[in-house]
Amino acid sequence: MANMHRFANPARFVRIATALMPWLLGAMVIFFGAGLYMGLLTSPPDYQQGDSVRIMYVHVPAATLASGVYAFMAIASAVALIWRHPLADIAAKSAAPIGAVFTLIALVTGALWGQPTWGTWWVWDARLTSVLIMLFLYLGYMGLWEAFDDNRRAAKAAGILALVGAVNLPIIKFSVEWWNTLHQPASILRAGGPTIHPDLLTPLGLMWGGFLCFFAVVLIVRMRREIVARRIQALQTLYVADDGHAAAEA
Amino acid sequence: MDAVEEFLRMGGYAAYVWPAFGVTAVLLVGLFSWSRISLKAAQRTLDLLQSTRRARRRNLDTATPDSDS
Repeated sequence: MANMHRFANPARFVRIATALMPWLLGAMVIFFGAGLYMGLLTSPPDYQQGDSVRIMYVHVPAATLASGVYAFMAIASAVALIWRHPLADIAAKSAAPIGAVFTLIALVTGALWGQPTWGTWWVWDARLTSVLIMLFLYLGYMGLWEAFDDNRRAAKAAGILALVGAVNLPIIKFSVEWWNTLHQPASILRAGGPTIHPDLLTPLGLMWGGFLCFFAVVLIVRMRREIVARRIQALQTLYVADDGHAAAEA
Repeated sequence: MDAVEEFLRMGGYAAYVWPAFGVTAVLLVGLFSWSRISLKAAQRTLDLLQSTRRARRRNLDTATPDSDS
Protein backbone atom coordinates (compact mmCIF):
# COMPACT_ATOMS: atom_id res chain seq x y z
CA MET A 1 0.00 0.00 0.00
CA ALA A 2 2.80 2.39 0.84
CA ASN A 3 4.29 1.68 -2.58
CA MET A 4 1.02 2.49 -4.34
CA HIS A 5 0.77 5.82 -2.54
CA ARG A 6 4.32 6.64 -3.53
CA PHE A 7 3.68 6.22 -7.23
CA ALA A 8 0.07 7.36 -7.59
CA ASN A 9 0.97 11.06 -7.28
CA PRO A 10 3.95 10.99 -9.66
CA ALA A 11 1.82 9.39 -12.40
CA ARG A 12 -0.78 12.14 -12.11
CA PHE A 13 1.93 14.81 -12.00
CA VAL A 14 3.56 13.45 -15.16
CA ARG A 15 0.20 13.46 -17.01
CA ILE A 16 -0.61 17.06 -16.03
CA ALA A 17 2.94 18.28 -16.57
CA THR A 18 3.20 16.70 -20.02
CA ALA A 19 -0.09 18.33 -21.03
CA LEU A 20 1.15 21.74 -19.84
CA MET A 21 4.50 21.54 -21.62
CA PRO A 22 3.55 22.84 -25.09
CA TRP A 23 1.79 25.86 -23.51
CA LEU A 24 4.77 26.65 -21.29
CA LEU A 25 7.17 26.28 -24.21
CA GLY A 26 4.99 28.51 -26.39
CA ALA A 27 4.72 31.14 -23.67
CA MET A 28 8.48 31.02 -23.14
CA VAL A 29 9.20 31.58 -26.84
CA ILE A 30 6.76 34.49 -27.01
CA PHE A 31 8.11 36.13 -23.84
CA PHE A 32 11.75 35.79 -24.92
CA GLY A 33 10.98 36.81 -28.51
CA ALA A 34 9.08 39.95 -27.55
CA GLY A 35 11.45 40.72 -24.68
CA LEU A 36 14.58 40.47 -26.85
CA TYR A 37 12.99 42.46 -29.68
CA MET A 38 12.06 45.28 -27.34
CA GLY A 39 15.10 44.98 -25.12
CA LEU A 40 17.71 44.94 -27.86
CA LEU A 41 15.98 46.99 -30.59
CA THR A 42 13.14 49.27 -29.64
CA SER A 43 13.79 50.27 -26.04
CA PRO A 44 15.90 53.41 -25.55
CA PRO A 45 19.49 53.50 -24.28
CA ASP A 46 20.10 54.99 -20.85
CA TYR A 47 21.17 58.66 -20.73
CA GLN A 48 24.15 57.72 -18.52
CA GLN A 49 24.91 54.07 -19.30
CA GLY A 50 24.09 54.09 -23.00
CA ASP A 51 23.39 50.70 -24.57
CA SER A 52 25.14 48.82 -21.75
CA VAL A 53 21.86 49.17 -19.82
CA ARG A 54 20.46 46.43 -22.10
CA ILE A 55 22.39 43.90 -20.02
CA MET A 56 19.73 44.59 -17.39
CA TYR A 57 17.27 42.55 -19.49
CA VAL A 58 19.15 39.32 -18.74
CA HIS A 59 20.86 40.27 -15.48
CA VAL A 60 17.81 41.33 -13.44
CA PRO A 61 15.46 38.44 -14.31
CA ALA A 62 18.25 35.90 -13.73
CA ALA A 63 19.21 37.46 -10.41
CA THR A 64 15.71 37.80 -8.98
CA LEU A 65 14.71 34.31 -10.10
CA ALA A 66 17.95 32.87 -8.72
CA SER A 67 16.66 33.87 -5.28
CA GLY A 68 13.12 32.88 -6.21
CA VAL A 69 14.17 29.37 -7.19
CA TYR A 70 16.14 29.04 -3.96
CA ALA A 71 13.00 29.96 -2.02
CA PHE A 72 11.09 27.34 -4.02
CA MET A 73 13.78 24.79 -3.19
CA ALA A 74 13.70 25.67 0.51
CA ILE A 75 9.90 25.48 0.72
CA ALA A 76 9.83 22.18 -1.17
CA SER A 77 12.49 20.82 1.21
CA ALA A 78 10.42 21.91 4.21
CA VAL A 79 7.33 20.19 2.76
CA ALA A 80 9.38 17.05 2.16
CA LEU A 81 10.80 17.03 5.68
CA ILE A 82 7.52 17.84 7.47
CA TRP A 83 4.80 16.16 5.40
CA ARG A 84 6.85 13.60 3.45
CA HIS A 85 4.99 14.43 0.21
CA PRO A 86 6.58 12.11 -2.37
CA LEU A 87 7.11 14.79 -5.00
CA ALA A 88 8.46 17.53 -2.73
CA ASP A 89 12.09 16.44 -2.51
CA ILE A 90 12.02 15.53 -6.21
CA ALA A 91 10.88 19.10 -6.94
CA ALA A 92 13.63 20.58 -4.78
CA LYS A 93 16.35 18.40 -6.32
CA SER A 94 15.14 19.22 -9.83
CA ALA A 95 15.04 22.97 -9.20
CA ALA A 96 18.60 23.28 -7.89
CA PRO A 97 20.60 23.17 -11.15
CA ILE A 98 18.22 25.74 -12.68
CA GLY A 99 18.74 28.10 -9.75
CA ALA A 100 22.49 27.57 -9.93
CA VAL A 101 22.53 28.45 -13.65
CA PHE A 102 20.42 31.57 -13.01
CA THR A 103 22.85 32.61 -10.25
CA LEU A 104 25.83 32.07 -12.55
CA ILE A 105 24.15 34.14 -15.29
CA ALA A 106 23.49 36.90 -12.75
CA LEU A 107 27.11 36.95 -11.60
CA VAL A 108 28.65 36.87 -15.10
CA THR A 109 26.28 39.40 -16.69
CA GLY A 110 26.64 41.52 -13.58
CA ALA A 111 30.41 41.59 -14.01
CA LEU A 112 30.02 42.47 -17.70
CA TRP A 113 27.67 45.30 -16.72
CA GLY A 114 29.80 46.43 -13.80
CA GLN A 115 33.03 46.92 -15.72
CA PRO A 116 31.80 49.75 -18.02
CA THR A 117 29.50 51.17 -15.34
CA TRP A 118 31.57 51.00 -12.13
CA GLY A 119 35.01 50.43 -13.60
CA THR A 120 35.39 47.02 -11.96
CA TRP A 121 34.44 43.41 -12.76
CA TRP A 122 33.96 42.50 -9.12
CA VAL A 123 33.80 43.95 -5.65
CA TRP A 124 33.26 42.22 -2.34
CA ASP A 125 30.21 44.25 -1.42
CA ALA A 126 27.25 42.76 0.46
CA ARG A 127 25.05 42.16 -2.59
CA LEU A 128 27.63 40.47 -4.80
CA THR A 129 29.14 38.44 -1.96
CA SER A 130 25.78 37.14 -0.70
CA VAL A 131 24.78 36.10 -4.24
CA LEU A 132 28.11 34.28 -4.65
CA ILE A 133 27.41 32.49 -1.37
CA MET A 134 24.01 31.47 -2.75
CA LEU A 135 25.83 29.87 -5.71
CA PHE A 136 27.99 27.86 -3.27
CA LEU A 137 24.84 26.82 -1.39
CA TYR A 138 23.29 25.57 -4.63
CA LEU A 139 26.43 23.59 -5.48
CA GLY A 140 26.62 22.19 -1.94
CA TYR A 141 22.97 21.18 -2.12
CA MET A 142 23.51 19.37 -5.41
CA GLY A 143 26.68 17.74 -4.05
CA LEU A 144 24.83 16.35 -1.01
CA TRP A 145 22.35 14.54 -3.24
CA GLU A 146 25.28 12.80 -4.95
CA ALA A 147 27.07 12.03 -1.69
CA PHE A 148 24.54 9.51 -0.34
CA ASP A 149 23.57 6.13 -1.80
CA ASP A 150 20.22 6.23 0.00
CA ASN A 151 17.77 8.76 -1.51
CA ARG A 152 16.01 9.38 1.80
CA ARG A 153 19.26 10.23 3.63
CA ALA A 154 20.34 12.47 0.75
CA ALA A 155 16.97 14.25 0.74
CA LYS A 156 17.20 14.92 4.47
CA ALA A 157 20.75 16.25 4.42
CA ALA A 158 20.20 18.38 1.33
CA GLY A 159 16.87 19.64 2.66
CA ILE A 160 18.45 20.79 5.89
CA LEU A 161 21.17 22.63 3.99
CA ALA A 162 18.52 24.32 1.82
CA LEU A 163 16.60 25.49 4.89
CA VAL A 164 19.65 26.71 6.80
CA GLY A 165 20.88 28.53 3.69
CA ALA A 166 17.52 30.28 3.30
CA VAL A 167 18.68 32.83 5.89
CA ASN A 168 20.78 34.20 3.02
CA LEU A 169 17.68 35.29 1.10
CA PRO A 170 16.67 38.33 3.19
CA ILE A 171 20.37 39.20 3.38
CA ILE A 172 20.55 39.28 -0.42
CA LYS A 173 17.37 41.32 -0.72
CA PHE A 174 18.19 43.89 1.97
CA SER A 175 21.97 43.96 1.51
CA VAL A 176 21.72 47.14 -0.58
CA GLU A 177 19.85 48.85 2.27
CA TRP A 178 21.68 47.50 5.31
CA TRP A 179 25.21 48.07 3.99
CA ASN A 180 27.07 50.57 1.83
CA THR A 181 27.15 48.68 -1.43
CA LEU A 182 28.54 49.47 -4.86
CA HIS A 183 25.52 47.60 -6.23
CA GLN A 184 22.63 50.02 -6.62
CA PRO A 185 19.59 49.98 -4.31
CA ALA A 186 16.24 48.43 -5.28
CA SER A 187 14.54 50.08 -8.25
CA ILE A 188 11.44 47.90 -8.67
CA LEU A 189 10.19 46.26 -5.50
CA ARG A 190 10.55 49.19 -3.18
CA ALA A 191 8.38 51.50 -1.06
CA GLY A 192 7.03 54.16 -3.40
CA GLY A 193 6.99 51.93 -6.47
CA PRO A 194 9.42 51.36 -9.33
CA THR A 195 11.87 54.04 -10.35
CA ILE A 196 12.48 52.51 -13.77
CA HIS A 197 10.77 54.10 -16.79
CA PRO A 198 7.95 52.04 -18.38
CA ASP A 199 9.89 51.94 -21.67
CA LEU A 200 12.46 49.82 -19.87
CA LEU A 201 10.07 48.10 -17.46
CA THR A 202 8.06 46.40 -20.23
CA PRO A 203 10.91 44.47 -21.90
CA LEU A 204 12.22 43.71 -18.42
CA GLY A 205 8.86 42.17 -17.47
CA LEU A 206 8.74 40.17 -20.71
CA MET A 207 12.22 38.75 -20.16
CA TRP A 208 11.26 37.95 -16.56
CA GLY A 209 8.28 35.99 -17.92
CA GLY A 210 10.58 34.14 -20.31
CA PHE A 211 12.96 33.12 -17.53
CA LEU A 212 10.03 32.02 -15.36
CA CYS A 213 8.59 29.83 -18.12
CA PHE A 214 12.09 28.43 -18.72
CA PHE A 215 12.23 27.44 -15.04
CA ALA A 216 8.82 25.72 -15.27
CA VAL A 217 9.74 23.84 -18.46
CA VAL A 218 13.11 22.59 -17.25
CA LEU A 219 11.71 21.79 -13.80
CA ILE A 220 9.14 19.50 -15.37
CA VAL A 221 11.73 17.78 -17.56
CA ARG A 222 14.06 17.23 -14.59
CA MET A 223 11.26 16.02 -12.30
CA ARG A 224 10.12 13.52 -14.93
CA ARG A 225 13.67 12.27 -15.26
CA GLU A 226 13.99 11.88 -11.49
CA ILE A 227 10.70 9.95 -11.31
CA VAL A 228 11.91 7.61 -14.07
CA ALA A 229 15.28 7.18 -12.31
CA ARG A 230 13.53 6.11 -9.09
CA ARG A 231 11.36 3.68 -11.01
CA ILE A 232 14.56 2.19 -12.46
CA GLN A 233 16.03 1.85 -8.96
CA ALA A 234 12.84 0.15 -7.72
CA LEU A 235 12.89 -2.27 -10.66
CA GLN A 236 16.54 -3.13 -10.08
CA THR A 237 15.69 -3.98 -6.47
CA LEU A 238 12.88 -6.25 -7.73
CA TYR A 239 15.31 -7.90 -10.14
CA VAL A 240 17.34 -9.01 -7.14
CA ALA A 241 14.17 -10.35 -5.54
CA ASP A 242 13.27 -12.21 -8.75
CA ASP A 243 16.70 -13.83 -8.81
CA GLY A 244 16.27 -14.75 -5.16
CA HIS A 245 12.91 -16.46 -5.87
CA ALA A 246 14.36 -18.36 -8.81
CA ALA A 247 17.24 -19.59 -6.67
CA ALA A 248 14.84 -20.63 -3.88
CA GLU A 249 12.60 -22.59 -6.24
CA ALA A 250 15.45 -24.34 -8.08
CA MET B 1 24.16 48.03 -43.55
CA ASP B 2 24.67 51.10 -41.33
CA ALA B 3 21.68 50.26 -39.16
CA VAL B 4 22.95 46.71 -38.66
CA GLU B 5 26.44 47.97 -37.81
CA GLU B 6 24.93 50.48 -35.37
CA PHE B 7 22.95 47.70 -33.75
CA LEU B 8 25.99 45.40 -33.44
CA ARG B 9 28.12 48.25 -32.05
CA MET B 10 25.71 48.73 -29.13
CA GLY B 11 26.81 52.34 -28.72
CA GLY B 12 30.40 51.21 -28.11
CA TYR B 13 29.44 48.66 -25.46
CA ALA B 14 29.42 45.67 -27.82
CA ALA B 15 32.24 43.95 -25.92
CA TYR B 16 30.01 43.81 -22.83
CA VAL B 17 26.47 43.47 -24.17
CA TRP B 18 26.97 40.62 -26.66
CA PRO B 19 28.99 38.35 -24.34
CA ALA B 20 26.34 38.92 -21.67
CA PHE B 21 23.51 37.78 -23.94
CA GLY B 22 25.74 35.07 -25.41
CA VAL B 23 26.66 33.52 -22.06
CA THR B 24 22.99 33.61 -21.06
CA ALA B 25 21.90 31.85 -24.26
CA VAL B 26 24.64 29.19 -24.01
CA LEU B 27 23.87 28.40 -20.36
CA LEU B 28 20.08 28.27 -20.84
CA VAL B 29 20.22 26.19 -24.02
CA GLY B 30 22.87 23.95 -22.46
CA LEU B 31 20.84 23.27 -19.33
CA PHE B 32 17.66 22.63 -21.33
CA SER B 33 19.41 20.23 -23.72
CA TRP B 34 21.25 18.35 -20.99
CA SER B 35 18.00 17.90 -19.06
CA ARG B 36 16.11 16.59 -22.10
CA ILE B 37 18.89 14.20 -23.10
CA SER B 38 19.03 12.92 -19.53
CA LEU B 39 15.27 12.26 -19.53
CA LYS B 40 15.35 10.44 -22.87
CA ALA B 41 18.25 8.22 -21.75
CA ALA B 42 16.47 7.33 -18.51
CA GLN B 43 13.26 6.50 -20.39
CA ARG B 44 15.20 4.20 -22.72
CA THR B 45 16.76 2.40 -19.74
CA LEU B 46 13.36 2.02 -18.07
CA ASP B 47 11.76 0.61 -21.21
CA LEU B 48 14.62 -1.84 -21.57
CA LEU B 49 14.38 -2.96 -17.94
CA GLN B 50 10.60 -3.34 -18.10
CA SER B 51 10.60 -5.41 -21.28
CA THR B 52 13.51 -7.57 -20.06
CA ARG B 53 11.77 -8.14 -16.75
CA ARG B 54 8.57 -9.24 -18.50
CA ALA B 55 10.57 -11.73 -20.60
CA ARG B 56 12.45 -13.04 -17.57
CA ARG B 57 9.24 -13.55 -15.57
CA ARG B 58 7.69 -15.46 -18.47
CA ASN B 59 10.77 -17.71 -18.52
CA LEU B 60 10.63 -18.22 -14.76
CA ASP B 61 6.90 -19.09 -14.85
CA THR B 62 7.33 -21.65 -17.65
CA ALA B 63 10.47 -23.08 -16.09
CA THR B 64 9.04 -24.17 -12.71
CA PRO B 65 6.39 -26.70 -14.00
CA ASP B 66 9.19 -28.59 -15.80
CA SER B 67 11.37 -28.79 -12.71
CA ASP B 68 8.46 -30.33 -10.74
CA SER B 69 8.03 -33.31 -13.10
